[in-house]
Amino acid sequence: MTQVATRRRRKPSVGQRLLGGLGEILITLGIVLLLFVAWELWWTNLDANKAQQEVTAQFAQGLEVGPALDEDKDFGPAPIAKIPDNETFGIFYIPRFGKDFAHPVTNGVGMDVLNTVGIGHYPDTQAPGELGNFAVAAHRQTHGQVFWDIDKFQTGDKIYLQTAEGFYTYEWRNTEIVEPSQGEVLLPVPHEPGSEPTTSILTMTSCHPPFTTRLRIIAYSELTSWRPADAGPPREIADLVAKTMKN
Amino acid sequence: MYAWIFRNLPGPLWFRIILALGLIVGAVLLLMNYVFPWLSQYSPWTESTIGLMLL
Repeated sequence: MTQVATRRRRKPSVGQRLLGGLGEILITLGIVLLLFVAWELWWTNLDANKAQQEVTAQFAQGLEVGPALDEDKDFGPAPIAKIPDNETFGIFYIPRFGKDFAHPVTNGVGMDVLNTVGIGHYPDTQAPGELGNFAVAAHRQTHGQVFWDIDKFQTGDKIYLQTAEGFYTYEWRNTEIVEPSQGEVLLPVPHEPGSEPTTSILTMTSCHPPFTTRLRIIAYSELTSWRPADAGPPREIADLVAKTMKN
Repeated sequence: MYAWIFRNLPGPLWFRIILALGLIVGAVLLLMNYVFPWLSQYSPWTESTIGLMLL
């Protein structure tokens, strides 16, 4: 017993101290790696959610919306929304993603857009209301994980887009999983190069499966109706739009 | 390394414990706010767009 105690008090040799220091460095690197995962999966969401709320509020300030009129009037064909370069031009309301889901959409799909303001519009694709493909991208996880529930769409689900022009209502059509290189999903008629589009569709792209970047999940929706801004929002999102405009 | 830092902190024990905790929090904030955002541009994990070569 006494022998063990004296041995413990003995000064560690240079080799022991070096080994101990190396151990500490390795443990530190392990902790830093875990912290990086925590940053990616959790911290980036905090930053992005704050940025997106600010952008939504700022964009909403410049919009005029009429009172929610309780009628199902047909306002005819939708106008083509104006999309300024690198600017936020609309707010997406997607009840399937949560009853409070209101996220801005900005022109451009660089990491500067997707990592902060969330949903980005592929600049080479068409605008809302235009015949062809209005295609957008957002993160499935990290940076606000805006399209986390993209695999949950069901028949009849509506996707609403508010722009300066008014409210575009899309109805979910189908979802597919493709390789990351399959850019043909962004064509005016997806998978049909050279085809003339006869409808306006919305294409949402994100990562699949969650927490990987192996594949892409693509959700297609069709433009079904339109309401001018002064006619007020569609009934299903009237409360959420009122709340968003107030903030 | 950590034992050496702790031994060389000034003040009584309780003060050194608080100081050590402060250093840990500072290091984490530095990583979260500056190091990781810079590092993430080399991270392949968050790619969610699709090839544009056909457009």
